Amino acid sequence: MPLSVPHLLRVFLLAVCCTLGSAHAAPSAETLARLADDDSDTRIAAIAELGAEGSAQSVALLDALADEALALTGSGRLVILTDTGALDAASGEAIEPYPDDADPLMINNRVRNALQSAKAATNIRASDRGTRLAAAQLLRDSASELLMPILEPALATEQDKEIRSILALAVARVNLASAEPAKRILAAQRLGDSSDASVKATLAALLDKDANGQFVEPDAEVRAAAKGSMQSIERRLAMADLASTAFTGLSLGSILLLAALGLAITYGVMGVINMAHGELLMVGAYATYVVQGLFRSYLPDYVDSYVLAAVPVAFLAAAAVGMLMERTVIRWLYGRPLETLLATWGLSLVLIQTARVIFGPQNVEVANPAWMSGGVSTYADIVLPWNRLVIIGFAIFVLLLVWLMMQKTRLGMFVRAVTQNRAMAGCVGVPTARIDTLAFGIGAGIAGLGGCALSQVANVGPAMGQGYIVDSFMVVVLGGVGQLAGAVTAAMGLGLMTKILEGWAGAVVAKILVLVFIIIFIQKRPQGLFALKGRFVED
Amino acid sequence: MRTPLSVRLFQSLPRTGWLALAIFAAVAWIAIPAAHLLLPEGHALHVSAYTVTLMGKILCYAVVAVAMDLIWGYAGILSLGHGVFFALGGYAFGMYLMRGIGTDGSYGVALPDFMVFLDWKELPWFWVGSDSFLWALIMVVAVPGLLAFVFGWFAFRSRIKGVYFSIITQALTYATMLLFFRNETGFGGNNGFTDFKRILGYDITSPQMRLVLFGLSAALLIAVLILGRYLVTSKFGRVLAAIRDAESRVRFIGYQPTQYKLAIWTLSAVLCALAGALYVPQVGIINPSEMSPANSIEIAVWVAVGGRGTLIGGVIGAFIVNLAKSFFTVSFPDYWLFFLGFLFIGVTLFLPDGVVGLWRKLRGRRPAATETATPTPAATPQGAKA
Repeated sequence: MPLSVPHLLRVFLLAVCCTLGSAHAAPSAETLARLADDDSDTRIAAIAELGAEGSAQSVALLDALADEALALTGSGRLVILTDTGALDAASGEAIEPYPDDADPLMINNRVRNALQSAKAATNIRASDRGTRLAAAQLLRDSASELLMPILEPALATEQDKEIRSILALAVARVNLASAEPAKRILAAQRLGDSSDASVKATLAALLDKDANGQFVEPDAEVRAAAKGSMQSIERRLAMADLASTAFTGLSLGSILLLAALGLAITYGVMGVINMAHGELLMVGAYATYVVQGLFRSYLPDYVDSYVLAAVPVAFLAAAAVGMLMERTVIRWLYGRPLETLLATWGLSLVLIQTARVIFGPQNVEVANPAWMSGGVSTYADIVLPWNRLVIIGFAIFVLLLVWLMMQKTRLGMFVRAVTQNRAMAGCVGVPTARIDTLAFGIGAGIAGLGGCALSQVANVGPAMGQGYIVDSFMVVVLGGVGQLAGAVTAAMGLGLMTKILEGWAGAVVAKILVLVFIIIFIQKRPQGLFALKGRFVED
Repeated sequence: MRTPLSVRLFQSLPRTGWLALAIFAAVAWIAIPAAHLLLPEGHALHVSAYTVTLMGKILCYAVVAVAMDLIWGYAGILSLGHGVFFALGGYAFGMYLMRGIGTDGSYGVALPDFMVFLDWKELPWFWVGSDSFLWALIMVVAVPGLLAFVFGWFAFRSRIKGVYFSIITQALTYATMLLFFRNETGFGGNNGFTDFKRILGYDITSPQMRLVLFGLSAALLIAVLILGRYLVTSKFGRVLAAIRDAESRVRFIGYQPTQYKLAIWTLSAVLCALAGALYVPQVGIINPSEMSPANSIEIAVWVAVGGRGTLIGGVIGAFIVNLAKSFFTVSFPDYWLFFLGFLFIGVTLFLPDGVVGLWRKLRGRRPAATETATPTPAATPQGAKA
């Protein structure tokens, strides 16, 4: 808040503003003269007057000054230079002949800021809601006492609730510097509605002591109000922090879920970890990239819907690769889970190198379609990005699909039967070998869907899948094999836990803590959260 | 009366085995040093410094492979995290080497360069004593051994096995790698340790020191092979093989598999650490990428290529794969991952007993009973039971 203008002058200005503001007259010659003054404070005061007055001519003057089109002639007359000629600053009438000696007025950053808030003050009366909202937001951060004559009537007449609350904050912020303690108390209380860290800092400054050990704010009641408001801002900031942590946690959890769902199926059926599972994610992501390229070349009008087309393509591509893997390699390694582990690791190396040869070693660019960029702003300035929201929704959709497939179809029943007891399922006529291939294909396809989703939030490159295999296996282990509810709980739990720990201890330590937690967890419940009921003994 | 240890040690290897070790020792300790030092550079039989270092490096890998074979081939525990013990051994000795630089670093102060870079004023507590060679040797064994013991105690006690154990070990090495990548951890961040100058006051880059390290690596390999053979032919080794083939039955008979597994697991980790400590002065660098999961899983493929449950197979596998790696990464860098990938697939599909198994098959010999490498007799996947 610029407090540098001498107090007397300020009172005088306020009086002038009030009369001018209510009369809607053209700016006075005296105001104009001060616009061209050498002293920035004087100019800022004049600018604020113009903003508060808000007539068409004032707005034109402000715009001209901002564009550095306001000029001073040799005879000391203010003119507005346009492309076609020159206008008189006071009346707006054209000047003939063109003043050759007009020298544009320079402005510095302080003056520029003052211009912005003055402009916003003129906009606060606009009929368009968006304009008013933007103006109010700008004023909330930059209003000065000079603009009060316009802020207070605007606050009184504003109908929109959101804009009113923003304006109230703006007024409170200015009033905090008021000479009357009552006003200051009210302002300090009002500021408690804010959720802005800078407002908190402003309030905190009141509680500081100066060099003589005196409080900056002399009135104890104001200090108390400021303290209360600070606490409520802190509470709100903490809530916002928690909410955004929870959201990023859910977002990470949904990605983990997409990565782990397919693994849960293949691991449940085959009892082997498919180390190339991460590479099936990669296949899905590259399939999305290819579909994007095709849309750009052949259907540029529909490029925004490429993601929708990429979903089935990613599923089919990954499913095809997965079934091929099962037919050529994994099938021959039944009963040797450790060797399958190694062979699938070999497959993952081959897939990575193949991607590197085809698409190059660098990450490729997969763009969000327009409808997935941006975000929804909610409570306390948290913005939820659309792409994250879409992925959470997509994860729910895929989960539903898998659940329906597993519970309501014949194939799902067979898969469950083989998971629970392979020999018995074979005895009652389930074609176990075919179920293996199909289940593997479906698991791989779901990984492909996960890759398609990942391409919207993460980098797409040959090695992108490597980071997910350990994480997705952790989800499967935590949740219990073959249990969808377990996978969901584990994925969301791990996602939230990682993000909460990250906020507290940093990314690396969080990762390590999560791994340690899982190792300890397995001590207690080796079968995972949701174990299959039954008794097994190994030979 | 028990047979004395020396006799039992001697009896654990067949006569051809002792002969092969003797020839190997003669080559490593006499022929190669002579060819490196005495013959002039252009001579047909001259062994270059590059070759000595490469061979020394592979000898260290071979020790790791034998250690891996002890737990995988004989106890059925597939570790995908052995790289962490190798690297920790390397780091423990690397700390001594870093202190050995003294004031010859870029900043000319007694602190290692990376600490100066981080603006640290004094050594962190865990660097205390690192200027002593003896202390370094103790740490090389103690730190990885303790980590393996604690980790194994938790894992085996709750009967984590099979692929679960493999993935958990992978997570272990991954987490440790992330930890060591941090600058604040105090081990040089992603640059690790390098630019070593001397061991025990001797220049680390001199040909003599190179040959000493090479000879020590060969000695370690010989010792590990004899020790390994002794262990697997002892009663201890037979219990391990029984655990590998049917752990529950062993428990029902009255043995405690946990103790056996923990013992061989910790021993294997310590052997890896010793190899790591010899590896670091030879290649002149240690950084966290040694702990990457890919490195650890590569160890398993050395053993698989050579043949599990044979000990010597690990040595053969380490040499085959690493020589191929040197060849490919120089001549056809794009194809190395293809080769390695297909090696993983091909060996598991077509050579379940590795090169040694193939050799025996060609010779028409059935493998001895303790050396079979088919851990699970069941012909069905174990999904529901895992």
